[in-house]
Amino acid sequence: MRFVRDVWTVTRKDLLIESRTREILLTTMFFALACVLVFAFGFVREGRPVQDAAAGILWIAIAFSGTLALGRAFERERQGETLRALLMSPIDRPALYLGKLLGILILLSAVELLVVPLVALMFQAPLFDHPLLMLGLLAAGTLGFAAVGTLFAAMLVRARSRDVMLPVLLYPITVPGIIAGVRGTAALLQPEADQPMALAWLAMLVFFDVVFVTMSLWTFEPVMTD
Amino acid sequence: MPVDFTALRLVEVSRTFGRRRALHRVSLTAEAGTITALLGHNGAGKSTLLSIAATLLQPTSGTVKYGDTEARQGGRDLRSRIGMLGHDLYLYAELTAAENLRFFAKVYALDGVEARVDAALDRAGLTTRRDDIVGGFSRGMRQRLALERALIHEPRLLLLDEPFTGLDEAARGALRTRLRGAREAGAIVVLTTHDTAAIEGLTDAAVTLVDGKLAA
Repeated sequence: MRFVRDVWTVTRKDLLIESRTREILLTTMFFALACVLVFAFGFVREGRPVQDAAAGILWIAIAFSGTLALGRAFERERQGETLRALLMSPIDRPALYLGKLLGILILLSAVELLVVPLVALMFQAPLFDHPLLMLGLLAAGTLGFAAVGTLFAAMLVRARSRDVMLPVLLYPITVPGIIAGVRGTAALLQPEADQPMALAWLAMLVFFDVVFVTMSLWTFEPVMTD
Repeated sequence: MPVDFTALRLVEVSRTFGRRRALHRVSLTAEAGTITALLGHNGAGKSTLLSIAATLLQPTSGTVKYGDTEARQGGRDLRSRIGMLGHDLYLYAELTAAENLRFFAKVYALDGVEARVDAALDRAGLTTRRDDIVGGFSRGMRQRLALERALIHEPRLLLLDEPFTGLDEAARGALRTRLRGAREAGAIVVLTTHDTAAIEGLTDAAVTLVDGKLAA
């Protein structure tokens, strides 16, 4: 019970700060919006989008804006060295990790609430025809990406070149998850939606999630203790 | 299991960062109800030693004991008995004074959170500024708030890194009074400073670090 309370205490603090500054939300939303609009100019010709472009653009917008959110979320903990205070506190390190992860997931969900309808609109993509499968792909893909990202962003919080290092470390590991998200989404966007294929990619994303979250929970304590 | 202790003991503690030796075979004992000063120039190893005592760093060699307990054995119960005021104040600039204290009171799973927050704000002289964002506070106000943040869970071991930096004389006096109060309450207080005038008449013991070693 205390573990759950600790997770929520950390998440609630992050959301309170974000509700006050709206810094991460506005920045990531603006970035994702710009990303989709720029691609729309490149991939929509005479009102017709290039086939299968929507799935890739959706996941690129999520991954890039997610990287931005991860960096900023931990920059706040660095400014007052508050991460040190949290590491010294009796909060279990896995609870601290999950608290930060949950806060980032909530922020990315808000970004997706904007990006998914925008991609559907700009690329005439039927993203809402199979809402449960689409929701599953988005949730599983975002969780895997954020799980690894939260670990790396925390590890790099005191590194001088953290802004450069975060994407360098993050993308090679999360690319399989992003590809699974793209292929699963593309399967749903076919003229005849390939639901079994989308389910197979979703299963792979869930597998990645289990691996990424387990590894992150396992390694968070040692990597945060110097 | 609750962890309590009446002494902090460092035995032959060394710490290296790559090829740089930050501490070399430092031994030190600080008892409950005392204030110990760690003196030395910048880069002497004072902050490294505090970080090791705070369980934030592990020594490369040597042992750190909190009573009979070592850091690895103590875990969260040990950490709940340690408070630290760093040079960076460990406060969220975007939160109000009351929200900062409330957050850390919850992190330490304390009872009677609101009463503790009110009392801490009163001691810091910030009752009228309780709902103001900390980012707008002066250095002295933030320092007072940070001290109360470090003390909100009534730690047995209180570690302070350069606590007098940037304070005017009135604030220094208030800090000295607060530290005497912590000592009378039975805390083990260890502070670092290179300003010996600020701690005159305050400390019970003082050791000097030079290039990571205790000065003879």
